[in-house]
Amino acid sequence: MFAIGPIAFTAPALLLGLLALPVLWFLLRAVPPAPIRRRFPGVVLLLGLEDEENEADKTPWWLLLLRMLAIAALIIAFAGPVLNADDEVASSDPLLVVMDGTWADARDWSRRVDRVDGLLAEAGRAGRTASVVVLTDLPPDGVTFQAAAQTRQRLAALEPEPFGPTQDDVNAWAGTLDGSFETAWVSDGVAWPWRDDLLSALEARGAVRVFETGQPIIGLRPAVFEDGVIRVSAFRLAAGLPYDMTVNAHGLDPAGIPRTLSTARMVFAPSETTSEVEIALPPELRNRVTRFEIAGLRSAAAVSLTDDALRRREVALISATDDREGLALLTPTHYLEQALTESADLIDGTLSDVLLANPDVIVLADVASVESEADALLEWVQNGGLLVRFAGPRLAASDISRTEQDPLLPVRLRAGGRSVGGAMSWGEPKALRPFGADSPFFGLTVPEEVTVTAQVMAQPDPTLSERTIASLSDGTPLVTRKREGAGQIVLFHVTANAEWASLPLSVLYVQMLDRLAISSRSALPSVEDLTGTVWLPDEVLDAFGTVEDAGLQTGVPGETLAEAAVGPELRPGLYAGEERRIAINVVGPETAFLAAQWPANVPVEGMQGVEEQSLKSWFLNAAIIALLIDVVASLWLGGRLSGFARRAAVGLLAATFVAAPEVQAQTQERFAVAATNEVLLAHVITGDAQVDRVADAGLRGLSEVLFRRTSIEPAEPVAVDLEMDELSFFPFLYWPVTEDQPLPSSEAYAKLNRYLRSGGMILFDTRDANVAGLGTTSVLGRKLQQLARPLDIPPLEPVPSDHVLTRTFYLLQDFPGRHAGADVWVEAAPADAELADGMPFRNLNDNVTPVVIGGNDWASAWATDAQGNRMFPVGRGFAGERQRELSYRFGVNLIMHVLTGNYKSDQVHVPALLDRLGQ
Amino acid sequence: MNAFPGLRRNAEELAAPLPPLLAAAEHLAMTVLLGAHGRRRSGIGDEFWQYRPVQIGDEARNIDWRRSGRSDAHFVREKEWQAAQSVMFWVDHAHSMSFSSDKNRDSKARRAAILALAASVLLIRGGERVGLARMGTQPRSGELQLIRMAETLGFETEDDDYGAPDLRGLLAHGRAVFLSDFLGDIEPISAALTEAADRGVKGVLLQVLDPQEEAFPFDGRTIFESMGGGLRHETQKAGDLRDRYLERLAERKAALSDLARATGWQYSVHRTDASDQSALLWLYGALEHDH
Repeated sequence: MFAIGPIAFTAPALLLGLLALPVLWFLLRAVPPAPIRRRFPGVVLLLGLEDEENEADKTPWWLLLLRMLAIAALIIAFAGPVLNADDEVASSDPLLVVMDGTWADARDWSRRVDRVDGLLAEAGRAGRTASVVVLTDLPPDGVTFQAAAQTRQRLAALEPEPFGPTQDDVNAWAGTLDGSFETAWVSDGVAWPWRDDLLSALEARGAVRVFETGQPIIGLRPAVFEDGVIRVSAFRLAAGLPYDMTVNAHGLDPAGIPRTLSTARMVFAPSETTSEVEIALPPELRNRVTRFEIAGLRSAAAVSLTDDALRRREVALISATDDREGLALLTPTHYLEQALTESADLIDGTLSDVLLANPDVIVLADVASVESEADALLEWVQNGGLLVRFAGPRLAASDISRTEQDPLLPVRLRAGGRSVGGAMSWGEPKALRPFGADSPFFGLTVPEEVTVTAQVMAQPDPTLSERTIASLSDGTPLVTRKREGAGQIVLFHVTANAEWASLPLSVLYVQMLDRLAISSRSALPSVEDLTGTVWLPDEVLDAFGTVEDAGLQTGVPGETLAEAAVGPELRPGLYAGEERRIAINVVGPETAFLAAQWPANVPVEGMQGVEEQSLKSWFLNAAIIALLIDVVASLWLGGRLSGFARRAAVGLLAATFVAAPEVQAQTQERFAVAATNEVLLAHVITGDAQVDRVADAGLRGLSEVLFRRTSIEPAEPVAVDLEMDELSFFPFLYWPVTEDQPLPSSEAYAKLNRYLRSGGMILFDTRDANVAGLGTTSVLGRKLQQLARPLDIPPLEPVPSDHVLTRTFYLLQDFPGRHAGADVWVEAAPADAELADGMPFRNLNDNVTPVVIGGNDWASAWATDAQGNRMFPVGRGFAGERQRELSYRFGVNLIMHVLTGNYKSDQVHVPALLDRLGQ
Repeated sequence: MNAFPGLRRNAEELAAPLPPLLAAAEHLAMTVLLGAHGRRRSGIGDEFWQYRPVQIGDEARNIDWRRSGRSDAHFVREKEWQAAQSVMFWVDHAHSMSFSSDKNRDSKARRAAILALAASVLLIRGGERVGLARMGTQPRSGELQLIRMAETLGFETEDDDYGAPDLRGLLAHGRAVFLSDFLGDIEPISAALTEAADRGVKGVLLQVLDPQEEAFPFDGRTIFESMGGGLRHETQKAGDLRDRYLERLAERKAALSDLARATGWQYSVHRTDASDQSALLWLYGALEHDH
């Protein structure tokens, strides 16, 4: 390709035409400007007059130069100038496009796919075969090269995965490669361990080019709860410019609606690769957080799901008495407080107050009877609460659960309890028996120093053995448990303090509380804990960081979970086990990623590349502009620019360069004339093409009916843009409410208010049949409230049965559209409207109601297509057709009301008027 | 829905100016107040003049029996002599008259036709007889004559570039109105005027000109052509010719003025961008002046 500097020409031979320019110069100079022919009656007076100086007008040099430039620009334009021409020698080898397809790709996946599309298109032009391989979804049988066009069709179906490929998979696939091909590697920029091996395998087959976006890769580490604040940290692969981002904490609000619960700003300082922010949340909010994510970053690494580790359980401690002032070590709850204060939120208060707070756990330390709240407590347990009771002198002394099992105790108790190894008793204090395999305490080592000197005894029952989860060395139960509904009731047969046993003094006490999920756990359970368990995914993340319901995905064995390495077997997500949930995130607390380093001999290109840019249009435009200037200049020289023509020519020239505002003024004028020639029904443009189309068709159908049945003869309906168009031409606006329509600007609202005050009417239609009642919770209702808030709307009421709308043309009592039955709201009658004697109707408002609000989707019922056919079915059979007819009648009444105001209201006076006229 | 939106309105617009020329002329004529111009002596007419005693020679049927019955003598009812004038219009309808420098402005021909017709309306109301030289018939009175004139004026039928006065139907001692741009050869004009003056006809010359013809706002290389295309003149710099053209035009006006004075006619110039009312007033006044 012939090139001058960065500009190359596709048809350089045409440039020879530039040689002809001097010839043109002489030709143009030789020919004077053409004369104007002019009809002029006064010519008879001119006959015989000679020109004073009889020289032929010559074209001035600057005009010639202009023409030369125009012609030169034309010649250059058709020679096909191209900036940054791509001069690469195309190879004929097949092209293999390798995409990493990991979470790091997700952020700009579409750009990557575009780039691959460009590569494939290039290969297609060169007649090469091609193949695209995504490393996280490796083809089982090596690489199959196909025609590039065919490969391109597959592009849309490619998706990144929220994990990186494993080394084994990649190596196995690299071993299947054979033949020679060129490779274009669209890399995610992360230094994966298998990268070098794959690179050498690919380089053995042919040249390798690498494409990287250079976008920073940012990961969010799991949030940690420390010292009363949540610490969220993030890292990026490469230090660089300061980077500012927002971390959102998402969760469900009390109404169960997903919301952003808190927001924090996080900044990467320049040359820093890590960043940390502390978020302080009240416990109530903190427990609701389900995930943290970096706002606006579509990548699984930018989302960090939270599990029970962040959740602090609320534990209510209730003891019978605290009247023994000053003896802190003897209070029943002292050891509990010490054990739990680190890992749980403790709640104080009376049982009735605590129940209102709905805690996770209620501990009753030596409380014998809770008669007044027994039912409420039982209900709380059945709804998933964990009730832990400790025995003590009071429980032992009471006669609760003696003959009949108390619903709030797991077993029946013997009277009095027993004490062993005391001064007044035989035997040694009892040690604990190792925990059985079915006990939640299984695996905890029992320290030898733990002894029990007193306990309450369980009565032997058939269910006793299965309810016992810890027992003393002599087999008497120490801890019993009963499941009750979704919750459970646990009884420690000893006191919560060290009075009856040394258990509260040992570490076992804390571990047991932990196992009972009374305290909040922090770290991931150990491999031993997880062995043999199966965890079901609750929610999973995709590569873009979107949380999806896991559906029916298979469970994951605990061993895999313990490794915590995300991969095809363990997708990032939230996994639920028997008693807790574990979040598996792309970025763990310790995971480290490095930026990919490529050897110097591998060319690394950006996503954009330098695109070829054709300059043809620029040169053509320059030629046209030069010729336009030439036209005006020639006219001016030839004396043909006079008056109007001069203005027109200058205007034309001006319009070439700047958009003339007069055009808009003219358009507005035309709009005004068109709008006022005939009666027009108008609807507001919502921006939703389908809704607008239906609204237009609906008004057309209504116009048709009006034309046929009444003396109103509307023309084609008009779509009104609230921002641009004047509203005062339209007696009536139909405004369908859509969820995503933008709020009008304040100028538009001012216009709307003026419109409403000067007698216009807006029919708001939420189109959802008011399923939730007007504006309570329906989405469209809320949107309507939002839309209508700045409007100057009087108090509303459902259409009263004597409203003029019920009788402006037809007698109607309900106003169905495609839906029936929902209330229709109009301006409320004045408070003093009263039924006068002998009048069938009250004397209501003296003007047109400015708004009519409903949700019956009238436009759909009215809608007809261009052939006059109904567009949407209404109801069923004849009843449906009747409903449609009524909806048309509503439309007719409405338009009649708009156009005639309260005329029909005044009709009640007709007899009186006639009477008076008769006299 | 209305298949032809705006039909109603368009039809009304169309119907409103039905006989356009006549209506325009009537409209223009409304602006002039008529005055009676009886002869102030008895003669043939419609208006009562006086009763006089019967003289010998009066026919018996002329006796006014109602008046005579109130006295012993017989009376004859005399009427005021109302001699109708006949006014002949020559409206130039050669090609040169169809020129108009602006599409919103009346062409000279239309302006001349409106003026002639409006003057005719006034004259007919005044009881005079009017005619159009082009019709070739004697002047007549009555509304019907107006319609005939309006129809004839509607046609543009002459092929010549410039018109020459037409003296057909011109009665001796009548009146004549010549409406033209008088840009053509002056010989036929002076010949016609002289002949008319010989026949005792007095009248009015109204030169109707377009503003461009009086301003000559041209520049650059131009080929001027007459409206029919019969004459042409090429110049390299039209602007240089302006002074000499205006000079020639002034000469032409002076010649016409002189000619009018010599024959006892009246002469004026009317530009199509000026008000047609003033022209009509002048025209009517000039005709009245001769009575």
